[in-house]
Amino acid sequence: MKTYTLWIIWLIAFLAGLTYFIVRLLFGETKEEFLIGDTTYGHYQIEMACETCHTSPFGGTEVLQNACTQCHEDELEAANDSHPKSKFTDPRNANLLKIIDARYCISCHTEHQKEQTHAMGLTLPKDYCYHCHEDISEERESHKDLAFDSCASAGCHNYHDNRALYEKFLLEHSGEPSLLENWQNADVNELPKITSTLPKKEALTKESFDAPPTFARQSIIDDWHQDAHANAGINCSGCHQTESQGWIEKPNHEQCADCHQQETKGFLTGKHGMRLNPDLTTALAPATPSMSELNFQKEASHLTQGCNSCHGAHTFDTQTAAVDSCLGCHADEHSLAFYESPHGKLWQQKKVQPNITAVSCATCHMPQVETTINGEQFLLVQHNQNDNLRPNEKMIRSACLDCHGLEFAIDALADEKLIKNNFSGKPPEHIPSIDWAKARDEK
Amino acid sequence: MKKILTTALLTAGALSLYGCSESKKGIDPKVHTDSLFAVMKADRTNYTKLIIKRLGPAGAGAIAPEEHWKDFDNGAPLPAQMFRAGAEAVSEMTDAFTYSLQSNWPINKQNAPKTPVEKEGLDYIAANPGSNYYGEETLGDVTYFTAVYPDVAVSDACTKCHNEHKDSPKTDFKVGEVMGGVVIRVPL
Repeated sequence: MKTYTLWIIWLIAFLAGLTYFIVRLLFGETKEEFLIGDTTYGHYQIEMACETCHTSPFGGTEVLQNACTQCHEDELEAANDSHPKSKFTDPRNANLLKIIDARYCISCHTEHQKEQTHAMGLTLPKDYCYHCHEDISEERESHKDLAFDSCASAGCHNYHDNRALYEKFLLEHSGEPSLLENWQNADVNELPKITSTLPKKEALTKESFDAPPTFARQSIIDDWHQDAHANAGINCSGCHQTESQGWIEKPNHEQCADCHQQETKGFLTGKHGMRLNPDLTTALAPATPSMSELNFQKEASHLTQGCNSCHGAHTFDTQTAAVDSCLGCHADEHSLAFYESPHGKLWQQKKVQPNITAVSCATCHMPQVETTINGEQFLLVQHNQNDNLRPNEKMIRSACLDCHGLEFAIDALADEKLIKNNFSGKPPEHIPSIDWAKARDEK
Repeated sequence: MKKILTTALLTAGALSLYGCSESKKGIDPKVHTDSLFAVMKADRTNYTKLIIKRLGPAGAGAIAPEEHWKDFDNGAPLPAQMFRAGAEAVSEMTDAFTYSLQSNWPINKQNAPKTPVEKEGLDYIAANPGSNYYGEETLGDVTYFTAVYPDVAVSDACTKCHNEHKDSPKTDFKVGEVMGGVVIRVPL
């Protein structure tokens, strides 16, 4: 074959390839071809909404930084971030920034490098603390023989969130028993629920339902009448009827948000609802268990995530939502061990003794947290189940300490086997952070 | 007439040149940092005396000056934290200057001097009470005019806290003594 023929074939192949990628880039519904590597567990659900993070095609570190803070700034603020960007902007840190530019999230959390991503989305070697704290043993005799890759992996420190681990907090909670004496009052909170801010209406009778006849099935009307909505004066049209769309057969989180704005906000921030977040630049279908790498019940693989997935339309039973809904999908070791665990046994006991304090999945993963609205404090169920999940010490203050001592909680959360068996047993190893804090204090 | 015109032109030329040199010269970095320090010192002193001393445990007991102040309903940032919060807020607004509080006897070891100019400056102001230190240094790829000013214990609230803190390397501070230094940098 002559050379010019080869050149023409090469040119045609090149132009065909170029055209394909340009068309895919500009008009393609999905852009898998442009993913430069597997996306980490934190972002895989929204990897096809590329422009949510890559807001400008010509953007560099600053553009990505803005994208990170757009979603994560509030939680870092709430966590009293121990290493905020502002700690590193002084020129005196210039030599340190040459090693790790800690002003930018992506210096430690580089996306699309899943194969070299550690827990917490860390893409640096785990001994990164060394670069700034190499002389820590001069200040802390107790730290003399500790490896730098254990600072943030042994239940002692976190890079961002140390709300339950700082020295004064350790001292204040030293000496607490494994199970606090007043644990049975753990769910007693005098703050009003956030739903108390909603307008008060008279309870509705069963006969007052206002659904069109074609949708008014008796079983649904019975469920609705037994539910909190009818009791709060919310008729069928309250959820199913909108001004713009008329009657909606299956209302979604947008209709729920009309009354439950804060709860929905949490849902849309966590793993369950992040694909439906209106801040995404590309509309995505709801999440299904089949998208995740975790273990789920096979029959639940293709169930879509929405408010009703857990709450059950028309019944909205919070007890069901707190355990049964979770276990209807989640089938990892931790979830499957729930009913045999001390927490799970207590939960089953509550079914026959409704007034006792018990622990559900939601107690730890969707705890009731205090929130302030117009200067007043209310109790809100945190519907972002990731909010206190990683690192797991975030759970200590929002869940564990309601019933357990700090020392026990730190030890328990540091043991992977204990987490897998859903805390059936005692922590086999002791994390000495409280002991060391006490020793320093008594000096 | 010719003489008058020539004189007028020369005068105008000289004045315009004078104006040019003035606008190019700008403010002397030393005057700039001295002025910045005056504001910082005033605010720092006022916060320590008017808020911490007056409303803290040594006064009305209405607030709790505390390192982890966010954990307490009545928690108040320590004076050093308040100063740092100001520096961080400034860094959000401008990169025309930066400032920080450092000491040869820091409670938090990250606040010990790091650069040669910081070390020399802090030694100088400790050895020469009432004097400031000025120098130049290159950090990263930028050259800075660096000024170091004495941070003096203005109240027993300062000395008591530092002398009693378990991480303080010096436990005999007295009111009026230099406890550390304010380092101000202006990129040149």
